[in-house]
Amino acid sequence: MTKYTEDHEWIDVDGDIATVGITDYAQKALGDVVFVELPETGASFSAGDEVSVVESVKAASEVYAPLTGEITEINEALEGDPSLVNTSPTADGWFFKMKLANVGDLDGLMDEEAYKAHVAGLD
Amino acid sequence: MNDSTLLRTPLYDLHVEAGGKMVPFAGYEMPVQYPLGIMKEHLHTREKAGLFDVSHMGQAYIRSKDGSDPAAIIEHLMPSALAVLKPGKMRYTVLLNDRGGIEDDLMVTRTFEPEGTLYVVVNAACKDKDYDWLEEKLGDRITLEPLEDRALLALQGPKAEEVLSAMAANVADLNFMEATMVTLEGVVCWVSRSGYTGEDGYEISVPSDEAEAFARRLLAHDDVEWIGLGARDSLRLEAGLCLSGHDFNSEVSPVAANITFALGKKRKEAGDFVGADRILSELADGPDMIRVGILPSGRAPAREGTDIADSTGAIIGKITSGGFGPTFGGPVAMGFVPKDFADEGTKLHLMIRGKAHEAVVASTPFVPQRYKRKQP
Repeated sequence: MTKYTEDHEWIDVDGDIATVGITDYAQKALGDVVFVELPETGASFSAGDEVSVVESVKAASEVYAPLTGEITEINEALEGDPSLVNTSPTADGWFFKMKLANVGDLDGLMDEEAYKAHVAGLD
Repeated sequence: MNDSTLLRTPLYDLHVEAGGKMVPFAGYEMPVQYPLGIMKEHLHTREKAGLFDVSHMGQAYIRSKDGSDPAAIIEHLMPSALAVLKPGKMRYTVLLNDRGGIEDDLMVTRTFEPEGTLYVVVNAACKDKDYDWLEEKLGDRITLEPLEDRALLALQGPKAEEVLSAMAANVADLNFMEATMVTLEGVVCWVSRSGYTGEDGYEISVPSDEAEAFARRLLAHDDVEWIGLGARDSLRLEAGLCLSGHDFNSEVSPVAANITFALGKKRKEAGDFVGADRILSELADGPDMIRVGILPSGRAPAREGTDIADSTGAIIGKITSGGFGPTFGGPVAMGFVPKDFADEGTKLHLMIRGKAHEAVVASTPFVPQRYKRKQP
């Protein structure tokens, strides 16, 4: 199941583990990604906290925790090749995994159809 | 300023047609990037030839009222050797205020007019202020004529000579910082071998109503792409060049901005310009704070406004330009530090999002400049 936030993050859920990245729309808007600052494994965040920063040639943009939980894994491949966020935003360019405090929180996020409508409304 | 009051250059329609993403900049709607994207636009300029619309910049003629050399008059506000400029030669200089601070940086070129008329190009955001200051201080002796009916294009990169000389062979004979009047396919243009990317290239002043057709002819060449403001900034940063209003402002002297190369040797000896007391004493004793190149050791770019700390964590300065250098292949920056921290190799800490990141003071340019200088 994949869910989306208004801030253009995708959340792929497997049990209570959520893999988080930014959408194709977001990577296009950011442009060439040159650096991703990832959280530390074991750190806890509440929904809406700034958890990561993605820097393009242009500017730095915050990535927010989509839900409350604890970081279990980060995508270390982004340190060597941040451009994975551009070339493979929804697969190899994932940011981090978090163990959700409450899986039921997912219900508050958008499904793919709702996200597509959200993006369509922005252009 | 809302969008309805923004100005447009004569090339606005062409930018939109090319897919340029238009943003407000210095009172104009300008392209920050095209579909190629900042990274590829930057690399294209260093590898082939990039075309920049810099028509928002202020172009003007300066003449004296009494027929004497206008360069000798404006030297009062500019500390470079300008009166010695021969026709067709140009120089980078700064416009000073009474405190020796830099109001703007600009290019001054001697035209071929018998009166010794000067052609100047100033920054877009500063043009009204610059013209007012020149008028206030020197208006009784000079007239300044803004060239409102001219566009300005920059063609930059290793292929620039090949592209432009196909239209007018004699532009290949120009050396860096030389200019001439050229007829490019029937259009009389003022062409200089100059630019602000660190690459060889030209700046071409063309009548506004001919600008679009001229740009289209350049763009028809396979090696030429439009380049937006985003890559313009990363190119000049890699080349170690200052951005007016960021790497210096009206409080900063040319010594503190570390552009003392712009000060003429005899001008320094004579001290015959505004703010000379401060500038000469800073030359002798060193400025309190000085602009240096800074290389972050890691991958995180340090943007403008980032605090610079010493090894104890005390804040000692600020980044004034910073970002990712596509050709350099990593983050590069410039900022102000106390003179005791200005030596190459001095270790600094950059406070990025509350965390200290290691960095060192480094020489600029970060990428070698490739100007076509006159062979000795």
